[in-house]
Amino acid sequence: MALLELRGVSKRFGGLQALARVDIELEDGVIASLIGPNGAGKTTLFNTLTGLYQPDEGEIRFQNRSLIGLKPEQITGAGISRTFQNIRLFSHMTVLDNVLVGMHSRLDTKLWQIFLSTQKYQAREKAAQRRAIELIELAGLSGRENEWAHQLSYGEQRRLEIARALAAAPKLLLLDEPSAGMNTSEAQSLMALFKELIGRYVQAILLIEHNMRVVMGISDRVHVLDYGEKIAEGHPDEVRQDPRVIEAYLGQGVWTARRP
Amino acid sequence: MTRSLAPIGLLGYIFGSFLLAILYPQSVLAFLLFEASLLLLYYIPAHAKVKSTLAALVLIVLMPLLGTINGYYLEVAIQIGIYAALALGLNIVVGFVGLLNLGFVAFYAIGAYLWAIFGSPQANEFIAGGVFPLAPYWFFIFLLLSIGVGALTGLVLGLPVLRLRGDYLAVVTLGFAEVVRALVNNLDKPVNLTNGPRGISPIVKPPLFFRPVLEFFGLEITDAKLYPLYFYFLVLLVVCVIILVTRRLESSRIGRAWKAIREDEIAAAAMGVPVVRMKLLGFAVGASFASAVGVLFAAKQVFINPESFTFMESIGVLAMVILGGMGSIPGAILGATGVTILNLQLLKGLSLWLNGLRQSGAVLTLPLLGSYSLSQIPVQFEPAKYERMVFGLILILMMIFRPQGILPPKQERKR
Repeated sequence: MALLELRGVSKRFGGLQALARVDIELEDGVIASLIGPNGAGKTTLFNTLTGLYQPDEGEIRFQNRSLIGLKPEQITGAGISRTFQNIRLFSHMTVLDNVLVGMHSRLDTKLWQIFLSTQKYQAREKAAQRRAIELIELAGLSGRENEWAHQLSYGEQRRLEIARALAAAPKLLLLDEPSAGMNTSEAQSLMALFKELIGRYVQAILLIEHNMRVVMGISDRVHVLDYGEKIAEGHPDEVRQDPRVIEAYLGQGVWTARRP
Repeated sequence: MTRSLAPIGLLGYIFGSFLLAILYPQSVLAFLLFEASLLLLYYIPAHAKVKSTLAALVLIVLMPLLGTINGYYLEVAIQIGIYAALALGLNIVVGFVGLLNLGFVAFYAIGAYLWAIFGSPQANEFIAGGVFPLAPYWFFIFLLLSIGVGALTGLVLGLPVLRLRGDYLAVVTLGFAEVVRALVNNLDKPVNLTNGPRGISPIVKPPLFFRPVLEFFGLEITDAKLYPLYFYFLVLLVVCVIILVTRRLESSRIGRAWKAIREDEIAAAAMGVPVVRMKLLGFAVGASFASAVGVLFAAKQVFINPESFTFMESIGVLAMVILGGMGSIPGAILGATGVTILNLQLLKGLSLWLNGLRQSGAVLTLPLLGSYSLSQIPVQFEPAKYERMVFGLILILMMIFRPQGILPPKQERKR
């Protein structure tokens, strides 16, 4: 049984068909990529998956449970967490607090426990902080806990976003262009991180990516969107040969296609 | 080295300024120097325990002593406390959750009228039996009750409007405050609930339950002297509780969720923060603080009318939060202190000084310009008349040179 199942998901903005009957299945233990030219509907798919948009039609099932009609925070609670294409950190909060916010749905403290600062509550906060620091270290930001998020460099901010998403203890991690703006070696270490995450921190990763080196390097499966339609799916090598994919990238060649 | 020297130096400063304030009980400057000791206390490098001991010394021992010499100082301190509590409440809504609330005074009014109506003969107008005013000890019950009532009104207002963003929310809260003011102004007919623009008086003061203790120690203090001290300590207690609650909330997952909503609502939702619920909670907590302080205010003033709860009052509290630094607890307190001192002491002090000059009848002789009798200084020059203008100027200068406020939130060290 698939972890995530999309059946005929469509989304329309006025006259624009952003998603047209998209079917995607995601198995446990898989790193899958979602690629396609700009405006193909990749981020729209993420937004629909995480409850920021409601699909016009179609069904989204996660662990055999429908996500249709759920609010973003409920979907996070169900076990899907994400990062954003244009980094959306909480700039005027510390690195540690950013990650702790990610744990919101996993920390179940009552108001009176906070007022009285009970032992149980303090122990929970301590444990949460320990875990947050562990995730910060995993993201390669050790020792930066008390800095404000906006003080980090661009690449560091991207990694902090991943740590924050992991804090919600997701089963499925959605990454929107995680290697954007990174150089080759940074992208390499990011790929190593993703491989480390599977099985230990998350069950599956779905990433939107333009850097084909990353896509071909780590994906078990690649899904290709064009004009809101899924035009190809399969192993990276198969997709690379697919004439429809090559056509979608307008003959530019998959290898050089990048964000403008 | 500095960690051990600084507290001793400060202790010297505290006693020095205290003696100065005792020797010159009418001097605004001496009192300002004394008040500044608390600010210095915030800045000096010292252990938290040392700091809190010194703060307790200033607030619990020295300030009341000074108040017995010059009662006006105590009045200023009580006002500061009330505004500090209001600013802390608004700081949660504006500073933490990031919602612009232009009608915060409405919750303050609700608390004040809650006690004013039942703590005075006013309630007899619509509840038969003549049991009102309630006995003084009910004050404490109403103080607790006002927390719930404030939170509830916060929720009632918040539920329909928190889906609005930014400017729209600000306009609705502004309207809400005007509605509340118009209601208390006009609810004297058909049933006389609030006594309209005439206001309510006399409002029962809290009970002097500790009188026997004082008598046991042979202390004979008249009510007129005791009540200001009593209110001072009550306000101090309420402010301390509010600071404690705010600090705990701030460092909890609720405080983090609030700030996350302020920074980026969509990202917060995507991280599992229930945005609407957290906003409602912030609204309710802020409102409950204001409403509790309202009860205190009504009991202290003995008389209240709708004039105390105008739009300018909301703006004043908002300015305190902005001046002090949005999202910062010490900032909100400093903002409230600064603005209150400015209004009650600095400008009035300058006016008195100018009056003194005028009455002295001295003649100023300037070379080339001739002589000018100081008694001819126009009355219009009194700084107290320019309260709003000075205030506005300070706000403008702050926004240009230090938009984050005087004491913006610090990155806390924790691990």
